[in-house]
Amino acid sequence: MNVARTDFPLLAAQPSLVYLDSAATAQKPRAVLDAIRDYYETTNANPHRGAYRLSGAATEAYHGARRDIARFLGAADADALIFTRGTTEALNLLATAWGHAHVHRGDRVVVTRLEHHANFVPWQQLARAVGAEFRICEMTHDGQVDLDQLRLLVTANTRVVAFGHVSNALGTINDVTDIVKIAHTAGAMAFCDGAQGAPHLRVDFDALGVDAYAFSGHKMLGPMGIGGVVARRSLLEATPPYQYGGDMIEYVFDGDTTFNVLPHKFEAGTPNVEGAVGLAAAVRYLDGLGMDAVRAHEVSLTRYALQQLATIDGLHVQGPATAEARSGVVSFTLGDIHPHDLSTMLDVDGVCVRAGHHCAQPLMRALRVNATVRASFYVYNTPADVDALVASLRKAKVRFGAHAG
Amino acid sequence: MSAELDELYQSIILDHNRRPRNYRVMDDASAHADGQNPLCGDQLTIWLKVDGGRISDVSFQGSGCAISKASASLMTAAIKGKTREEADALFTKFHGVVTGAHPEDAESMGSLKALGGVSRFPLRVKCASLAWHAMHAALAQHADATPPAPVSTE
Repeated sequence: MNVARTDFPLLAAQPSLVYLDSAATAQKPRAVLDAIRDYYETTNANPHRGAYRLSGAATEAYHGARRDIARFLGAADADALIFTRGTTEALNLLATAWGHAHVHRGDRVVVTRLEHHANFVPWQQLARAVGAEFRICEMTHDGQVDLDQLRLLVTANTRVVAFGHVSNALGTINDVTDIVKIAHTAGAMAFCDGAQGAPHLRVDFDALGVDAYAFSGHKMLGPMGIGGVVARRSLLEATPPYQYGGDMIEYVFDGDTTFNVLPHKFEAGTPNVEGAVGLAAAVRYLDGLGMDAVRAHEVSLTRYALQQLATIDGLHVQGPATAEARSGVVSFTLGDIHPHDLSTMLDVDGVCVRAGHHCAQPLMRALRVNATVRASFYVYNTPADVDALVASLRKAKVRFGAHAG
Repeated sequence: MSAELDELYQSIILDHNRRPRNYRVMDDASAHADGQNPLCGDQLTIWLKVDGGRISDVSFQGSGCAISKASASLMTAAIKGKTREEADALFTKFHGVVTGAHPEDAESMGSLKALGGVSRFPLRVKCASLAWHAMHAALAQHADATPPAPVSTE
């Protein structure tokens, strides 16, 4: 796959920048920026509100974007795609609105050790609030969900299994089919945090079998502040509204209110049309590349990175051993050099990596580390970026001396 | 090698990171306070013994980056024997140097001037100042006799 760096204005303007933090947020192609500008220059009005043609055009831009994104995620029922600010809000919607209606005292809620805080804390707090039991499925030594333990944990009183498609901290790709089977066999819902999945893997929602799949636009070349959840229609219809306000109502009386149909029921207030339009442009860009080509590119880069990093004495990579078992994420430590010191030294060479706990403190505790360095790849990265990372790490090691080994 | 990194990671900083001074629990401390930067995962504890208005002993333990550890180590050496007012005044001066507000004060700080390179890395000021905020909280404990809540510089 050959992605022109010139497609990405920020990368084009900073030719020496080595951006290896796409798991945090991706850079944006010009097509996305143009789509947002074009929306405001030609189509902007409040959707659903006006009887004039411009408002109709804004409405069509918004729902056309919804259809494009649903198609990209393999969901035939576009109106069962609810826009939110991102994965965090989508997971909070599920835990709060679905959770409080369907999880009760004595029930069980299961998450995994690999979860980002956004798919951990909402379920933990739901369990605390309703008196349910909150259980964490541990991982195997190479950072995979321990399916044997999951089978034991998911009991008949389990209402939901919440798990990530791809671990943001380790890059582990989870076996969605197996996890769904375990959840459904026990009669539990299977909710998937797809923040790190949708940008990198072909997602076929209708075939995956999950009951809900949450995603963030900004990690898949789209703008910040847009994302959503695609879910089974019957699940959303059995879920009370999350927020109240304009658009989501049908009739409001002095004493009671009836609610609008999907997707409006879960989209109170003026929607983020520019975000939806920008994200639709992003998925068209990804479709143009082809998600299979995106995946092949990342496997090849990750394999090269794992090979090159293995040549540095004292460098310890966390998570799955092979590139095939992970997305384009490599999390590591280097001797006793603190990840923040490494990040500062790499930054001076123009190499942007994430250092810290990656919003996964329970996972870091299990790994017995306070922090790691995480390099993550996307469509615009090249083997030269990996070489720059490795060269900068070698320099950092020299600076910190023998103790780095 | 980059000049700004040479300045940030001077040999004295790397030495204090590797062999932190006064790195121990103090059982008979008259005050202590925790410093935590949850985003970084850095955490440390400062112990103080104050006799007759002077800091007669100070120690620390914890985990963190080279900057936070070296700053804590250098601080313990710098404030031993000082009064509470002198220690707080040194904190103020130190803060002015690491934030770049008063670089001219670096020369009068002794070994602490080695941390002046932090001013070129605004994202690392919180690392350099964590131990100092904890020290300040521990000293305040002497004034009102209640154990301080953990401090943070994030």
